[in-house]
Order: sequence, then structure tokens, then C-alpha cells
Amino acid sequence: MPIRLEIVTPEKRAYSDDVDAVILPGSEGELGILPHHAPLLSMLGAGELRVRKGATEESFAIVGGFVQVRPDRVVVMAETADLAAEIDLEKAQEARREAERALEAGFVESADLAQARAALQAALARLRVAERRHREGPHRRG
Amino acid sequence: MASQRDIRRRIGAVRNIKQITRAMQFVAASKLKRAQDATLASRPYRDMVDEVIADLAAVLDAETHPLLARREAGTRLFVVITTDRGLCGPLNTNTVRFALKEILDHEGPVRVVTVGRKGRDALRRARVPLEAHFAGFGDRPAFADVTPLTRLVTDDFLAATYARIDLVYPTFVSTLVQRPVLEQVLPILPAADTDGIPGNQFIFEPNPATVLRQLLPRYVATRVYQAVLETTASEMSSKMVAMKNATENAEELIEDLTLSYNKVRQANITREMIEIASGAQVR
Repeated sequence: MPIRLEIVTPEKRAYSDDVDAVILPGSEGELGILPHHAPLLSMLGAGELRVRKGATEESFAIVGGFVQVRPDRVVVMAETADLAAEIDLEKAQEARREAERALEAGFVESADLAQARAALQAALARLRVAERRHREGPHRRG
Repeated sequence: MASQRDIRRRIGAVRNIKQITRAMQFVAASKLKRAQDATLASRPYRDMVDEVIADLAAVLDAETHPLLARREAGTRLFVVITTDRGLCGPLNTNTVRFALKEILDHEGPVRVVTVGRKGRDALRRARVPLEAHFAGFGDRPAFADVTPLTRLVTDDFLAATYARIDLVYPTFVSTLVQRPVLEQVLPILPAADTDGIPGNQFIFEPNPATVLRQLLPRYVATRVYQAVLETTASEMSSKMVAMKNATENAEELIEDLTLSYNKVRQANITREMIEIASGAQVR
């Protein structure tokens, strides 16, 4: 039995389909979701979300937000969600350098510091996902 | 009757106006595409957050989180969202009229925060007490742009300055239809839970308090952001339609004026012919 996966961000609906399994970066560690999972509401960290459907696997870089799991449905409400294949490596690296610079400059204001840290995490998550994909190529199983 | 020169001058003037309205129509059309896409693209997110809140209705009460606190008496705040620029048909008038009705119908103390210059001007003329004003958020509002507004609304509610906070804005139904609506943001009212899973059966990670502390302010921000997006899409479609009508009216006017210009010209020629003819007869 498949499970319905919806990935939405304030800017767009990133994914909507029936899938076999989802692995996502919860705030307390990786979560693997299969059909008939217990109802769950968790916060999300920054990292890779993997979608398994039949023999194919797709991967997204997601940052922040929430996931709601019901037995038949998984709803991911992330701040951002980018399909691995669509991530621009150079742009992500640039974002990482910028975030690191901001952190080194050491802003006094806590809001700025938190923002820079979040930006760095987002850039790192995006880079990790994109790099893995470039190494392995489009993922095929079985 | 106007002279030939007067009419020619008027035709020129109307033609100039037509050029401007046509240009504005095309600018609005291109911006509309973007605004409409943004509005429709962010609706699923809002709907999902709504559904999650509805699922949790059973565990949500005033003790869980202060954003859920229902206060019986107190000041009501209306956040009226309009556009900064005019020339967009009846959009702002309709929104303001709708807002005014709600404001005046309410018995008890009321405060108003406006977004967009047009609404501020109109409400000020109606002698409504304005608490604060935000300039519009431009043609492509980003999520972060509305944070100051969200923060003001949230902080004032938490400080118990207001008992209830509503948004009034024009929803984008289609290019031809924009409807002003009133939407309560605070206190958060979970919709009826349609799903079979009671909120208390959910596992929360890391724990319910932490999740709700993040989720509920997020819900408020999402509402406010969506309202601003809807207003932008409404503005662009209303402007495009208004300017299209103006261009067509100008064309009609040019046609009418050209007709009367030709009539006057003809009359003048005839008169001159008669003058020449009668002059020849006398001799």
C-alpha cells in the first residue's frame, strides 16, 4: 500500500505523489516513514529528504519546518525544498561562503547571528544533497 | 460648436491618454502572471498548515499556548490590506467599504492597522482611528517582508492589547473577480477536525510544547503572508481590467471625435463654397 506524500513550502508545492517510503531529517534525527506509521508531528532539521517509489529514489534538500504523519499521508511543510537535480552547486557554495563570512564577522545582534547560522545550515544541507547526487548520478535501485 | 482646431487638439489628447492606459494594461498583465502564480503556489502551504492545526484541535486550548487565548471583552484590531497605488478599478473602494461596515458594526473599542496607502487615506477620511500603517509590500512580496506586520500583530495580542485580530483583504478569485473578506487570525481558531485521529494521539517530537511554540506563530505568519499575496494578485488583475476598459473607452472617444471633426470640416467647406458662389453672383 502506498503512502501519500505532499511537500509544500510557502513559495510552492514541491511534490505530491503516492510513494512507498520517505526518509526525512527530523529535528531529533532521521525518520523513516512507511505506510501505517503512527500519527506523528515533528519539527524538521536541515538535510536530505529521500523519497522511494518503486525502483526509483528521489532526493530533496529541505530546511526547517514541520512534518505531519498520518497512517495514509505524510505532509512536509518546509521552509525550502529543492529537488537534488535542480540545485545549483556553485550558487550553494557561494551561499555557504557568504554565511561563513557573516559568522566570522561576528555580528553582535542575536537575530543576525541566528539568521547567519540558519543560512549556513541551509547551504550545507543543499551542498550535501547536491554533491551526493553528482557522485552517484541519478539513483536507481534493484 | 467647437472649432476644427479644438477638436483636433482633443483627439490628440485622448490619443495620448490611450497610449498611457494601454502601456499600463500591459505592465499589469505581465505582473499579474507572476503575482497570480505566487498566490496560487502558496495556497497549498496555508491549507496544509490549516489542516494540521485542525487535526490538533483536541489538544489546543488557552493553556497550551497564549496565541489560543480567547478573551471575552476587549479591543478588536482590524488589519486592512489595500494597495499603495491607485488606478486599479473599484478594488480599494470595495475593500474599504467592506472594512468600514465591519468596523462600524462592531460595538466596543476598535483599532485599525492599515497596509497600503489607499486604504490609509480612505479610512483617515472616514475618521477611523489608525493605530499603525505599513507601506505596501511591493509587487513581489517575500515571506520575510511581512515579518514586521506579523510580529506587531502577534506581540500586541500576547500583550493582551487586543482581544481579537482580523485581516480584511481582497481575495483573488479570478482575473475578473476579487472579493473582500474578513479573516480572524488571532486567537487561532482551529477548523473542525474532519479526520478520525484525535490530536492527543499524535506523537510530538521533540515534545508538544516545543512543536506548538514553533507551529502556531508560523500559522499566523502564513495567514498574513497569504493575505498580502492575494492583495497583490487582486491589484494586478483589477488594474489590468480597469486599464483595458480605459483603453477601449479612449478608442471609442477618438472615433466619436473624429466623426464630429469631419462634420465640422464638411460644414466649413460647404459654408465657404456658398460664400464664394454668392460673391460671384453679386458681381
